[in-house]
Formats: sequence, structure tokens, C-alpha cells
Amino acid sequence: MRKFILRKFFANDNNEAFVPDAKFKHPDVAPELTVDHFNLSIEGSPILKDVSVTIPANKITCIIGPSGCGKSTLLKSLNRLSDTIEGVKTTGDIRIGDTSIANCSMSDLVELRRRIGLVPQRPTPLPMSIYGNIAYGCKIHGVSSRRELRKIVRHYLKVVGLWDEVKDRLTSPATKLSIGQQQRLCLARSLAVEPEFILADEATSALDPVSSKIVEDLFVKLKEQYSIVMVTHTLRQALRIADYVIFIYMGEVIEVGDAQQVFKNPKNELTQKYLSGAIS
Amino acid sequence: MNKLVVKERFARLLMYLSITVVLILVASIIWTVFKRGFRSLSWEMVSSLPGGGFYIGKSGGFLNAIVGSLYIVLASTAIGLIISIPVVFFLNVYLKSKSKLAYVARLAFDVLFGIPSIVYGAFAFTLMIYLGLRTSLLGGIIVETLLIIPILIRSMDEVAKNFPRDLLDASFSLGATRWETMGVVMRQIAPGIATATLLSVGRSIGDAAGVMFTAGFSDTIPTSLSQQTATLPLSIFFQLSAPQAEVQNRAYAAAVVLTIIVLIISLLGRFITNRFSKHKLR
Repeated sequence: MRKFILRKFFANDNNEAFVPDAKFKHPDVAPELTVDHFNLSIEGSPILKDVSVTIPANKITCIIGPSGCGKSTLLKSLNRLSDTIEGVKTTGDIRIGDTSIANCSMSDLVELRRRIGLVPQRPTPLPMSIYGNIAYGCKIHGVSSRRELRKIVRHYLKVVGLWDEVKDRLTSPATKLSIGQQQRLCLARSLAVEPEFILADEATSALDPVSSKIVEDLFVKLKEQYSIVMVTHTLRQALRIADYVIFIYMGEVIEVGDAQQVFKNPKNELTQKYLSGAIS
Repeated sequence: MNKLVVKERFARLLMYLSITVVLILVASIIWTVFKRGFRSLSWEMVSSLPGGGFYIGKSGGFLNAIVGSLYIVLASTAIGLIISIPVVFFLNVYLKSKSKLAYVARLAFDVLFGIPSIVYGAFAFTLMIYLGLRTSLLGGIIVETLLIIPILIRSMDEVAKNFPRDLLDASFSLGATRWETMGVVMRQIAPGIATATLLSVGRSIGDAAGVMFTAGFSDTIPTSLSQQTATLPLSIFFQLSAPQAEVQNRAYAAAVVLTIIVLIISLLGRFITNRFSKHKLR
């Protein structure tokens, strides 16, 4: 029955312009993410040491560095998912625009997390249908009109180029999709609540080269409207798409700057070594 | 012959043997019960209340026991689930995995898991005397709920422990609160919930010791929570201990009914599990 209703609704696709719900409107000036003397330790051992960086708006920022240097932890701190790590302690501040993320209350955090989307390393579709996955975020933020939800689902599936592949099976389980499709679904799910920032934790590392390319191209396309922060292991990927680079080594920020400058003329010796493959 | 091949063959033989033993056991239990029970099972037995002198071999049936058992099982499973799902959720989502409270709670549930139902019966009996309650349907429901809560919690907990943390992060990162995330957790562990429910239904429908002190026995279908009620296991027990062969055979008929109810419930459970687990992230 539900399948039928969905199909009927989507049959008269008149390509009207999509306007996101008023709740999800972006601010007029895209905000920057500021990390201000941020320290993070897990059960006493320091993971991030005095990190201070500003992540620019509407650019792709790549966080690079060897394994275990704290890249993912920094990324998780940006939307306070680091809270779920056991024995975690933080000092310093992280702000989106003028609003503090690191020191806000639980109730403000819900809204802040909406403004900062996440694409995980391994695709994690929620245990629901394809439709349900995208509608979930909107539902918890109070979009209840079914008509509206259907519009949202259609729009964001189109944005990530998944619409034509799945339009006939929106009610089937999201886990039935291929890994690459699942990852795009996760991206669509994050986009559906209109975040200003998108965090991607090695979002392409679990994907095959073709899917990986599709996701990469999507990020490049999306940076017009969203600011993207990526953790990546693949230097070539960072070279291809980064506008801005943060190099972290042993929990400390070693070098920050425009991608061109960092890759072509690294100032710091450690950065040079990392780029030449001497440390990894 | 090669030593490895001998080992391999021996191990395989052992496996075949143990599977055969299990299968023979299942088959012989069902065979015994059905062979003796079917002969005396009649429509009258499952559709009517015990007439006068039913327990000395005269006419009537044990509809009262069937209905009583179903009342107790359905009510206690429903109440048990309402209590145990939030507990499992609290243990796995709110508490950190090294939490002392979680450790103590799990230990407590393990202890409760091992307590025999007669002890629950005795405990509930004391409680009822203290509160001035008489044996009743309510008493039976309470004691069976107590009995199945540890089963429900521990078996759901095992499934919930393997819950992928990434899924929680995915939900949180969309701005969901922990409460809203419960929906995601429920969907992911739905097969676990179904299995736990089946286990506890099986345990509580077959439990005689717990209800003996608390639900009592009667020849009518209870119309209120404060009335006594008959249950299938007790009905089997009373009839089987009668001297007349006729009455003893009726006990087997009741056992057939009990087995069929359990079979229907577990097949239904399988069906529901399959329906729910199609969305599960593996």
C-alpha cells in the first residue's frame, strides 16, 4: 500500500524547484569552524594537543597525517561525537560561527549536530528503508508532513545521483544497496537536514574506485553550498580535491594552509617528510 | 592411514552422533506425548470446562487451563517486555561499557536467571501473604513476569552488545537525542527481541512451580484479575497424578495442546523475526 502511494506521488514529478524547510535555512553568511586551543585526552593520555585552526567556509578542507595521529578524533570533536568515547576529557573551545560546540548544553547540541553532518568511514544505513533513512533526520527535527518528506527524499536522492537507481524500490531495505550506493545514501541522509558543514571520515576508503570517484566528485560539487571537512589517508585524493589542508602529527597541528602552498611548498620539515613518504 | 584424516573423521562422527541424539530426543518426546495424547484428545476437551467429576474420568475438558495459561503468558510477556527493553537500552546506550553499574546489573540478572521458578513462587507467595492477597490470576502474572524478566534482559542484552556503535554515531550526528535513537536500536535488535520473547514465552507457558502457589487452580475461566485460574502445566500435573489410566491419558492430551501452542508461537515468532530483520545492518 505504502509502495503504491509513494509510486503515485513520485509519478507526477514536475521538477518544481526545491526549497528546504524553513527550519533548515542556512544563515546568510556561511560560518567558519574555529578550533581554539583545543586539548583532548582519553584516560589521561593526550590525543590532541593545543589544536588551533580555522576551517574556512565553502571549501574542502582535508585533514592529513599518519595513522593514529588524531585526525579522526579531531573530526569527531567537531560535532562532539567524541563524547561517546570512554574516559574522554577536553579543554579549549570549538565554535561554529560564534556558537560554542565544545561547551554547549545537551539540548543545544542537538541543533548544532544538525548543522554539522557526518559521512562515516564505513557506510552505516539505519535499519530502515531507503525512504526511511532520508526521512529520519527530518522527522526528528519536526518535519511531519508526508508530502514535504517525499519532496525532501526525492530532492536529496537526486542530489547524490541515486534517484534513478532507487526510485522504484524506495521501501526496500537500505542494506540491500551496494556499498557505494549506501555511502551516497548516507551523504543524502546528512544533507537532508541541511547542515552547513559536512564531516567525512575517510568516506571513500571502503569503496571501489568507481564509487569512490563518484563520491569525490559529489564533494567537489557540494562545496558551493556546504563546507566540507575530510579526513583522508590517500594523499592523491587530498591533492585532487583539497582547497585547504591541515597536517597533524602526534596530536599536534604542524602545518595549515592552502592546498597549493602546503603540497608544493611545505614550510615545515615534518610536512616535507610526510609528503615524500618518509613518515607514514 | 594419515593421522589427520583419522582425527577429522572422528570429529565428524562425534558431530553426527550428537546431532542424532538431539533429533532422537525431540522425536521421541513428541512421539510419546502425541501417541498417548491424541487417542484421548477430543474437541470436547479443548472446548469445554471441566464437568463434575472430570478428574475422576467423567466428561468435560480443560478450556479453563488453556485460557488461563494464555492469559498469564500474554500478560507477563507484555509487562516483561515493557520493563526489560528500557533496561537493555539503558545498559547499552546510556552507560559506558566499563561502567560499574552495568557490571553489577548484569551480574544480578545472571543470578536471577539461575533461580528456579519454585523459589520465585515461594517468594511471591510470601509477598502475597504480606500484602494480604489470595492466589489469583494477578499473582500468577506477577510471578511469571519476575521469572521472565532476567531471561528477556539477558538474551536481548547479548544482541544489543554487538550493536554497531557507528549506527549510534550516525543517528546522533543527525541531531537525534538518545531517546530518539531508541527507535534505531529497536529496529536493529528486533530479531533479538523476538528470540528473547520466544524463549520467555516457552519458559513461562511451561512453568508449573511458579503458578502453583500464586495462581491457584480453578474449574472456571477467570473473569477478573483477583480470581484463581487454572494453567496447563498444573492441569497436566494433577491429571497425571490421578490413579485412573483414563485421567492420565487426558494429561497427555493436555500436553499435546501445550506442545501445539508452543509450536505455533515459535513458528509465528520466526515469521515475525524474518519480517523485522530485513532492515538489519549486518
